[in-house]
Amino acid sequence: MPNTKQLEDFVSQVRRDIVRQVHQVSSGHPGGSLGCTEFFVALYQEVMKRKEGFDMDGKDEDLFFLSNGHISPVFYSVLARSGYFPVEELNTFRKIDSRLQGHPTTHEGLPGIRIASGSLGQGMSVALGAAQTKKLNGDDSLVYSLHGDGELQEGQNWEAILYAAGNKVDNLIATVDLNGQQIDGSTDDVLNMGDVKAKFEAFGWDVLDVEKGNDIEAIIAGLNEAKSRTGKGKPVCILLHTIMGHGVDFMMNGHAWHGKAPNDEQLEKALAQNPETLGDY
Amino acid sequence: MKKFTNSGNIDTRSGFGAGMDELGKTHEDVVALCADLTGSLKLNDFAKNHPERFFQTGIAEANMIGMAAGMTIGGKIPYATSFANFATGRVYDQIRQSVAYSGKNVKICASHAGLTLGEDGATHQILEDLGLMKMLPGMTVINPCDFNQTKAATIAIADHEGPVYLRFGRPSVPNFTEADGKFEIGKALHLVEGSDVTILATGHLVWHALEAAEELEEKGIKAEVINIHTIKPLDDEAILNSIKKTRCVVTCEEHNYLGGLGESVSGLLAKNDPVYQEFVATNDTFGESGTPAQLMEKYGLNTKSIVEAVNRVLAKK
Repeated sequence: MPNTKQLEDFVSQVRRDIVRQVHQVSSGHPGGSLGCTEFFVALYQEVMKRKEGFDMDGKDEDLFFLSNGHISPVFYSVLARSGYFPVEELNTFRKIDSRLQGHPTTHEGLPGIRIASGSLGQGMSVALGAAQTKKLNGDDSLVYSLHGDGELQEGQNWEAILYAAGNKVDNLIATVDLNGQQIDGSTDDVLNMGDVKAKFEAFGWDVLDVEKGNDIEAIIAGLNEAKSRTGKGKPVCILLHTIMGHGVDFMMNGHAWHGKAPNDEQLEKALAQNPETLGDY
Repeated sequence: MKKFTNSGNIDTRSGFGAGMDELGKTHEDVVALCADLTGSLKLNDFAKNHPERFFQTGIAEANMIGMAAGMTIGGKIPYATSFANFATGRVYDQIRQSVAYSGKNVKICASHAGLTLGEDGATHQILEDLGLMKMLPGMTVINPCDFNQTKAATIAIADHEGPVYLRFGRPSVPNFTEADGKFEIGKALHLVEGSDVTILATGHLVWHALEAAEELEEKGIKAEVINIHTIKPLDDEAILNSIKKTRCVVTCEEHNYLGGLGESVSGLLAKNDPVYQEFVATNDTFGESGTPAQLMEKYGLNTKSIVEAVNRVLAKK
């Protein structure tokens, strides 16, 4: 198991990968990616039970589904640096003939990806289906998913949330990135969702907050706590309180960097705040 | 001409139910999902005999399609079922992204397609589903004609790797194809040999095409009747070979002429061998309440309509 310093170094490198990917094609979504960097690193480097290599069925290993597919830069960086494909391939992000599409997809056969996402609100249903298949197969490993908070405005989520509780899908840990931002502004301004925790609980989920959503140790503790709550008849939800754009000071505290690429000067500033630790691609 | 015998009227959805019964016994990876329409989809026996493989999602089709996509991960073969309108139009984006683009082995099985669900009216009578589904890259689209063929198709698609849309219906219609026949995806079936006109029919209209061919024969017109049970991939070779002989075509379907079988045939012929074509299909319209027979008469989807279309195309030839 890597120690905290090693995980923080990993995080720093992933942040560099994120801003460099988005910068090189002047498009993509750095804000949510940066905000979820610690979560991805914790999941792939510490928490998930993973097999060597990649096969679509993923039997006897934990599975992860990214529902808010626009934060692909963090997903790609962590997958590459966790050994699913060559790190150099990050150089092809959003370019023609690439396996690293703007939004993640199975279509080009990128190892580590099990479903296309991008059109929002579909990932929880997919994760539920995979969780049900694990139960049918007698496979006691877990299914993880990540969702944006703005994404919860899509109605399909609530069909899935209702189903999961009603059918005791208790091998699923769904995390909501509660950064309070979406494209048009704060979630409170665009469509106030009220008390998200109370909503999940009212639907019958076991919900826990990770208040420090950009603190690697707090996230690992939260994920381990969530794991301990699986298998008890309720689906588990983590409300991950993150800061959009975390780790790059001028991208934080607002929605401006949801889907905007840095220019050359901004890239240098962002890189200066996140030292190279594992070697740039 | 070759005669076909109706072994008794029965609904095609019951053919689906019978196929699912069979699959329940032979394919342990087949699972069924249903959005509060178990009885309407004839899934009662499957649900009773294989409760652990039956997933009742409630009235939530979007979640059902997403779940079906997820269930393939780990090797299950999900049959996601509903009425055709709710299994396609309502969940188009879920099918597009989570099933088709993701290349998932999901079978979308839809009853109550077209006008013949009758009295429920236009909200439920989808006439656009074949078009919606055939436009999705990688999607196989099948519209069988009777009980026996629907049962055979239901079984056959389990062994086909990839997403499939299987369309069937509610009314009792003649059952005339071979019982327990083999169903080959994409292989059109020559029912009647003829040299004057090619009639390409799909779904409930196949029986009407056979009746029309009999009527036409009495007037000395030799119609070739081909059952196009698979809209995609289309059996190009069978169609082009027939056209080479007859030099004109009538396409018949319980669907809008935009987006359906007729349009696929037009595209094929325009590229390879243009001939005159007439469409027996709905004319860019919604349906309405009525009995199936009344609706098929009013919207021009019966034996008489096919005979008239043949006469029109022959006059141009």
